[in-house]
Amino acid sequence: MWRSIQWRAGLIVFFLALSILFLVPTLIDPLPKWWTKVLPAEKIHLGLDLRGGMHLLLEVEVQKAVESALDKYASDIKDTLTKKDIAFNQVDRTAEGKIAVLLPDSKANDRFSQIRSDQYANLKVASFREREGKFQYGLEMNPKEVKSIEESAIRQGLETIRNRIDQFGVSEPVIAPQGENQILIQLPGIKDPQRAIELIGRTAMLEFKLVDDENSLEEALKGSIPPGDEILYQKVADKDTGVVTRRPFLLKKRALMTGDVLTDARTRIKSDFNEPYVSIDFDARGGRLFDQITAENVKKRLAIVLDNNVYSAPVIQERISGGKAQISGSFTPDEASDLAIVLRAGALPAPVKIIQNVTVGPSLGQDSIDKGIRAAMIGAILVVVFMAVYYGLSGVIADWALILNIIYLMGALASMRATLTLPGIAGIILAIGMAVDSNVLMFERIREELRLGKTVRAAVDAGYDKALFTIIDSHVTTLITAVVLFQFGTGPIKGFAVTLSLGVIINLFSALIGTKVIFDWINFRKQLKTLSI
Amino acid sequence: MSIELLGKTNIDFIRLRKYSFVLSAILVTLGIIALIQLSRGQANLGIDFAGGTSVQFKFEKPFKLENARHALEVNGFKDSELQQFTDGNKLLIQVKKSTNIPMGKVADKIVAIFSKEFADNKFVVDSTTEIGPKVGKSLQHDALIAVIISAIGMILYLAWRFEFSFGVAAAAATFHDVLSVLGIFFLLEKEVNLLLVTSLLTLAGYSLTDTVVVYDRIRENLRLRSKDFLGDVINSSINEVLSRTIVTSSTVFLVCIALFFFGGEVIHDFSFALLMGVVIGTYSSIFVASPIVYEWRKGKKVRIRTKR
Repeated sequence: MWRSIQWRAGLIVFFLALSILFLVPTLIDPLPKWWTKVLPAEKIHLGLDLRGGMHLLLEVEVQKAVESALDKYASDIKDTLTKKDIAFNQVDRTAEGKIAVLLPDSKANDRFSQIRSDQYANLKVASFREREGKFQYGLEMNPKEVKSIEESAIRQGLETIRNRIDQFGVSEPVIAPQGENQILIQLPGIKDPQRAIELIGRTAMLEFKLVDDENSLEEALKGSIPPGDEILYQKVADKDTGVVTRRPFLLKKRALMTGDVLTDARTRIKSDFNEPYVSIDFDARGGRLFDQITAENVKKRLAIVLDNNVYSAPVIQERISGGKAQISGSFTPDEASDLAIVLRAGALPAPVKIIQNVTVGPSLGQDSIDKGIRAAMIGAILVVVFMAVYYGLSGVIADWALILNIIYLMGALASMRATLTLPGIAGIILAIGMAVDSNVLMFERIREELRLGKTVRAAVDAGYDKALFTIIDSHVTTLITAVVLFQFGTGPIKGFAVTLSLGVIINLFSALIGTKVIFDWINFRKQLKTLSI
Repeated sequence: MSIELLGKTNIDFIRLRKYSFVLSAILVTLGIIALIQLSRGQANLGIDFAGGTSVQFKFEKPFKLENARHALEVNGFKDSELQQFTDGNKLLIQVKKSTNIPMGKVADKIVAIFSKEFADNKFVVDSTTEIGPKVGKSLQHDALIAVIISAIGMILYLAWRFEFSFGVAAAAATFHDVLSVLGIFFLLEKEVNLLLVTSLLTLAGYSLTDTVVVYDRIRENLRLRSKDFLGDVINSSINEVLSRTIVTSSTVFLVCIALFFFGGEVIHDFSFALLMGVVIGTYSSIFVASPIVYEWRKGKKVRIRTKR
């Protein structure tokens, strides 16, 4: 008997020491240096709902990436036809995701067919019609290419966003793909959520477009936009009143250059106005291109367009060959620095849409923790007192098991690096309720046995034996539920399931070993005539 | 020192089932109505399921709710719901109807409106939640699947440990509890959100434990007293575990009371659901789960299997 008691007590102490070892980093801050070298230094991870932070779910609009690939094909075909002097009426992307080509005569059709099979073999002819001497094609990309464009849009989008967040500087961010076309982002402890959203959600498509000075802006604003042109706006904020107005520009639709030739973007301050701007460096190809564009368009205006907003449209005074340019606008320092970040990290291959945003301010998180802990403490004290009053000495033993339980559970959470959330706390409450219940079950059984006139030792043994199966049954049923919820649940349900399953397993241990060993020890030391229960 | 609340009791629970079944039928019907209304989008579905925006503010000084409501209405947020927490000058705003404003901007707009309206009363944004309708749908779906599969797993285990009828009755009692609390929430026009789902799961777990404890005693007594009437065996089993049931329920009740009064507004509804759950869960394991087994078994002569 003594061996068995020693053995079980040893087990309890071993697990207790282990739990405390894992709990030390959470309780003591800062840790001594010698500790972090060999021993676990991970704190219990708190979920965003408790510590504050931002949880975003983005949907990558992959069809936009496909559309822009189609646009590229369309403009490429146009260029080729123009270069080879082939007449055409129309080459455009349609809303159904096809390229419509309309050719005026059979000569053009013959030459186009040749070019199509030579250069654009990966475009499938989805429809072909000949009407009144004109030839109409509907071309589409093959599904494999579409799929690979979609996949790379998500992969690149993820990479770009990760770059932006890294440069923004957030500790322990989570950036992960989810489902078919979603990206999950968690930014704990973020202070300026709106700024982060702007930074992450921005497509950052940088384009250089010529201002069309040959046609009238007034006419275009009335509705007659010349073919190949578009109207984009510049946001102008009045320095004194802060009122934002939109200034229209008539631009050539075709972008002369895009942001993919960038190598660097930095914030600088204009010395005379103390105004921040972003200076950008081009790679060799971009430098040559910029040189050529500026040389060909001296005295014309070149608009710098980011995500369809005009930032500035300076007149090209002379040829610029240094491979550098600058974007000015009335930026605040933060805006300029964020713009530099998104330009450096590159454009998103497809726009993203925020479909879920849960932001918890740090004060609310702290408030929840404080109140939750206080409430849990009050609850625990009530239970502890109740048990001690109702079951006397045995109740105190049950209380000891309860405390053991909580320490084990916290230790287990810390060691498994599980994340503690609000629903997770609910799971702990249920688990602790079950721990109390296990003891109540046993004590009621022992009382029954004592009532039958058994000796203390016999009653304790019989009570435990009989309650054992009930405890196992109720715990296993709950464990099944918890494990299934863990497997199939998401987010908060998962958090609940983790603490509940851990709690149930620990309960079984402490209910079956934790209290019994004390009763056995008391019985071993002294032949009890009566038991305080 | 120790106390005993209940001595030996001898209540005829099986006979009381006429009344309890009526009460339970009302509760469950209420729950089913709530469920139907929820799926039709007629109930107070939280934004995590329905999609929408919620923003919580914490003001420096006390403020007038009418001012906030008026400011929102003037600026195009007609269908917003406002809730004031006097504790710490807090204000919760929920906009459920989809507006023309894109996701990620609604909260922004509301903050801008308030900066103007309460220029002399500084505030911080405690939390914002914006959820697209698609996400809400998939959360609903996921939660439902998880609950169904866990119910099946539970029935299978109980069917193996006890008997099929026990498994089904336990599942029925658990669903009874969940539906009842859902129905009560619906009646009180409280919000159905993910946190409520968590509390429903918690109370389901609690009610299940309770039911299994009673079943265990029934099984044990059936083996010892195989010649007695089933009704008598069930009755005395419930009476025998009654004091345990009361003690356990009281302790859990104590914890929930503490959470309800001291836990803060975030878990207020959550602890309310748990309080309801403890009461109904205790009731159902006595008055619903066991009587169902009785109804199921009483016609048959076959002895109940008593495998251990």
